[in-house]
Amino acid sequence: MIVTNINYILNIVIILFLIGVLGLVLNRKNILITIMSIELMLLAVNLNFVLFSIYLDDVVGQIFVLFILTIAATESAIGLAILVVYYRLKNTIRIDKIKNIKS
Amino acid sequence: MYLILVFLPLIGFLNAGLFGRKIGPYGASILTVNCLVLTFFISLFAFYEVALVGCCTYIKLSSWINSELLNVDWGFLFDSLTVIMCCVVTFVSSLVHIYSTEYMSHDPHLARFMSYLSLFTFFMLILVTADNYVQMFVGWEGVGLCSYLLINFWFTRIQANKAAIKAMILNRIGDFALVLGILTIFIKFKAVDYATVFAITPLFVGEKFIFLNCDLNVLTVVSLLLFIGAVGKSAQLGLHTWLPDAMEGPTPVSALIHAATMVTAGVFLIARSSPIYEYVPNVLNFITIAGSCTAFFAATVGLLQNDLKRVIAYSTCSQLGYMVFACGLSNYSVGIFHLVNHAFFKALLFLGAGSVIHAVADEQDMRKMGGLKKLVPFTYSMMVIGSLALIGFPFLTGFYSKDVILEVAYGKYTTYGHFSYCLGSVGAFLTAFYSTRLIYLTFLAKPNGYKAVISAAYDSSYQICFALAVLAIPSIFIGFYTKDMIIGLGTDFWGNAIFILPENMNMIDAEFIDHIFKILPVILSLTGTTLSFLLYTFGNRLLFQSKISLLGKKFYNFLNKKWFFDKVYNEYIGQFLFKFGYSISYKTIDRGIFEIFGPMGLSTIISRKAVYLHKLQTGYIYHYTFLILIGTTLMLGVRQFWIIFGEYVDYRVFIIFLVSSFFVSSEKK
Repeated sequence: MIVTNINYILNIVIILFLIGVLGLVLNRKNILITIMSIELMLLAVNLNFVLFSIYLDDVVGQIFVLFILTIAATESAIGLAILVVYYRLKNTIRIDKIKNIKS
Repeated sequence: MYLILVFLPLIGFLNAGLFGRKIGPYGASILTVNCLVLTFFISLFAFYEVALVGCCTYIKLSSWINSELLNVDWGFLFDSLTVIMCCVVTFVSSLVHIYSTEYMSHDPHLARFMSYLSLFTFFMLILVTADNYVQMFVGWEGVGLCSYLLINFWFTRIQANKAAIKAMILNRIGDFALVLGILTIFIKFKAVDYATVFAITPLFVGEKFIFLNCDLNVLTVVSLLLFIGAVGKSAQLGLHTWLPDAMEGPTPVSALIHAATMVTAGVFLIARSSPIYEYVPNVLNFITIAGSCTAFFAATVGLLQNDLKRVIAYSTCSQLGYMVFACGLSNYSVGIFHLVNHAFFKALLFLGAGSVIHAVADEQDMRKMGGLKKLVPFTYSMMVIGSLALIGFPFLTGFYSKDVILEVAYGKYTTYGHFSYCLGSVGAFLTAFYSTRLIYLTFLAKPNGYKAVISAAYDSSYQICFALAVLAIPSIFIGFYTKDMIIGLGTDFWGNAIFILPENMNMIDAEFIDHIFKILPVILSLTGTTLSFLLYTFGNRLLFQSKISLLGKKFYNFLNKKWFFDKVYNEYIGQFLFKFGYSISYKTIDRGIFEIFGPMGLSTIISRKAVYLHKLQTGYIYHYTFLILIGTTLMLGVRQFWIIFGEYVDYRVFIIFLVSSFFVSSEKK
């Protein structure tokens, strides 16, 4: 087994998370990419949990991961469902066309 | 009886003022005149009992302010100083009352006029009879108020309104100092009644007192503040500008207020406070200088005024200067003596001037009179008597007091004494000059008025003539008959009313000054009279040439414009205060600070900022995500920053930064 310093893996996790965040912020076109970014952030968090669970030799972290996986799946399912309904109404999924939130 | 003396004019005022409409002008005149004449006879009796027989009277009427620390009574103290003032005030006032019944007979507001006059007399009596400083201040403010009402009697004239406001405000400046002086007395002496204050004054010599953050001698502070009050009331140099302007009122008012009674209150205050002043020699020196400068200044200005009443007003100012510097030289009795004499002949002059003005259809400009000698012979003779008394013509009233003032000034043998002697002698010369000029231009010169006016000139009828004649008698005789009683060597007339330290007494020294210095003032006066008479008789062309020459024009302007005091006051002090009132206290503080920082400004700023915050919500989802990212970053960052720098920074600073950022960003808008 290769013994690796935990910091390297943590860096990777953070980078993954930031990629997710940047995808969320910089993306102005496609709402699917938003959902994918959110999934990416959740995965990064999962990885983090797993990492610490092994590092600290505690099983609770892995249980959390299982819950989060479940939640993430339901959430993306609901999100995609909303997306489909929205597409049917407005005939578009471009984010910059969605502007009716304001007042 | 003593209380009747004080309150009879008040009864006259109340009846004439409240029921003047019912009893009519005639009834009001009779009522007030009778009250005043009765008061005069009572005060004569009081004079006999208090001053001649020598039993001082003290009446405690009731308690006014009675707290643990401060006790002020309504008390009336009659000593020599008081009764002599009472006699003068009621005598002149009752004659002025009689005079005004005819002088103002065509005025629709005669009842109001008479009631004001009575109220004025009442307040003046309160002033002189008070037994403590607070009660004296009641009278002090009361005469100020009445002078306002009387100067403003013809209230439809804008000049009268301006003059009245000016008199009121310039008096208030002095009153402010007087109040401070009384408060200082109360703080240090813990009492305001004369008896206590004067008794313990010697204990406070050298005592320090913190005033305006300066460690000052308490007696210096007190006496200086009281003197500033006197400066305002007695129209000394600096606060004198109200007196000539107050000539806008009716002439009897000028006679009453600006000759005999109100302006003498300042001198009375100094004489009354003599036990305080005696212990502060440097303030006495200051008073000497101020008085002699006033005497000289007003005499020069009086030279070239063309308004009949203004000449007399400046001469009043000048004579008050003489009284004040006599008091400054510790000769309070001499000052009061001159005050009494001056009251008679100045009232005579003013009333005579009123008679003249009456005769020439209310024309006050001397250049438009002339030739009235034949037309109003009685008034002419009275004016001559008054002028000669003012000049100090030998063996008339003014001679006795003025010469004694100048003698004691020289006999002081100090720089201040000689300074005041020089200015006073030159002032005597100038006084003689302008008095003669007044007589000459009004009565002796060729007639200069309109033909209709001159041909209609007539001598006034018996009420005015009666007042003039009665005033002429003391103007001639009173100086001679009372000199030994009031200022004679070793007289016991004053009793304890006036206190003079033994080392400040110089009446005996004044007896032994060189003969030349004794007769110099008289010689100067007579020279002034003769010179003026000759110049105006034969030297008209010379006078005219010198007036239109380059230097003469400047000189004439300078004196005719009263040394530009009014100009300087208006342009530098008045304008400055108006500008301050508009641009600083109104525009910057009221409109500016209160409306930006105050409730209104704060609410507008918050609603404006709310609009900006509202604009932050664009509606684009990616903007919201971006804000969430920034916000999270900031929160985490601040937390880290706090962990590192928290110990060194006061977090309250950030509140100030936050609030000020609001204002800064709103400025740009």
